[in-house]
Amino acid sequence: MADSRTKTADIIKSDMADLLSDWKSELRAAVSDSRISGAELETQAAELLGLLSTAAAHGLDISTADWQPVREYLDVVSRSRAIKGFSSQETATFIFSLKKPLFKRVRRLLASEPAALADETWAVTEFVDALGMYTVKAFQKSREEVIARQQEEMLELSTPVIKLWDGIIALPMIGTLDSARTQVVMESLLQRIVDIGAEIAIIDITGVPTVDTLVAQHLLKTVTAIRLMGADCIISGIRPQIAQTIVHLGIDLQGVITKATLADALALALQRTGQAITKAKVA
Amino acid sequence: MERIPILRMGNLLLVTIQVDMHDQLARVLQDDLTSQIEKTGAKGVLIDISALDLVDSFIGRMIANISAMSRILDAQTVVVGMRPAVAITLVELGLDLAGVDTALDVERGMKRLRSRLAAASHDAPDTN
Repeated sequence: MADSRTKTADIIKSDMADLLSDWKSELRAAVSDSRISGAELETQAAELLGLLSTAAAHGLDISTADWQPVREYLDVVSRSRAIKGFSSQETATFIFSLKKPLFKRVRRLLASEPAALADETWAVTEFVDALGMYTVKAFQKSREEVIARQQEEMLELSTPVIKLWDGIIALPMIGTLDSARTQVVMESLLQRIVDIGAEIAIIDITGVPTVDTLVAQHLLKTVTAIRLMGADCIISGIRPQIAQTIVHLGIDLQGVITKATLADALALALQRTGQAITKAKVA
Repeated sequence: MERIPILRMGNLLLVTIQVDMHDQLARVLQDDLTSQIEKTGAKGVLIDISALDLVDSFIGRMIANISAMSRILDAQTVVVGMRPAVAITLVELGLDLAGVDTALDVERGMKRLRSRLAAASHDAPDTN
């Protein structure tokens, strides 16, 4: 196999310009997309091939240290593909389209020796597959990073603090409450209390599907923190089932003002801040 | 020695914590404040902690203690301007400062103190 290794390396090295132009035409046929320009694609192919030819001189095992530059370059390419929204298949095609030009050269070189040709073909297949596999893995990793970041952004977006009235703010909570979310919610709510100078904060839990002891504990913590800052807190939007659950779980909501609806909470908040809404008199 | 100034405004005492609170400073403040209440006969104490951005359990308890001591000396206490980070820290430490009155800022704290003092002096003749 030592012999065949050098052969593939030789092919890449000696025939680089020709191989590159073949690969480029393969790429043009396989990847025609407005998301990436032909010139960019060709630059990437040229740079990668340059790195490949250097690394291939040390053998075709891409997990060795000699292949470090190639792996790094593939990481960069895969990441940019993932960010541009390519699929894993489209990303892998970039590497797999190198197969045909390589095979062509192997066949030309070893046309007279069938046994050697089979060996060499197998070596090239393994090599290109390994490269492709690595690319897909890097692509997947970048995608996962994107997903994780989006999750974080969703966390921020799902906790809007609304100014309802002069000195009254409301936080409509949507979705399940866990420790991480409660922390974000608490921070943004407390910060808004300071910014606006709100005297009353209403937490509406209409959109919270279930309340268990942990969620209740988070709520109580938030209420306590609000009180420490010198504002009052009202919890509203408690559905009948949730009221039942809270009592069955033995959660103590003494000292916390609770209201069935946001409207009730607003009415109380207005009363506490000495404000009133009256119907306009029709003349 | 470093001290936290205690200002007198009529029958109220105003404490503004502008420096990083440490244990020794808190102890000194406790001594100073209680003796000032005794000396001036103040009926209300306002503690402004809006510049305080670091607390530990000791400082948290100190705030609760000072408030309780003032109450025993017949002075109402309001703690004002607690920062969000401080509030979260205290809650996470399990200190809910039950019995400590709070307000958003000095202005609201003053209003609150005055109304409470008015209510207290209003109540007093009724009980006699």
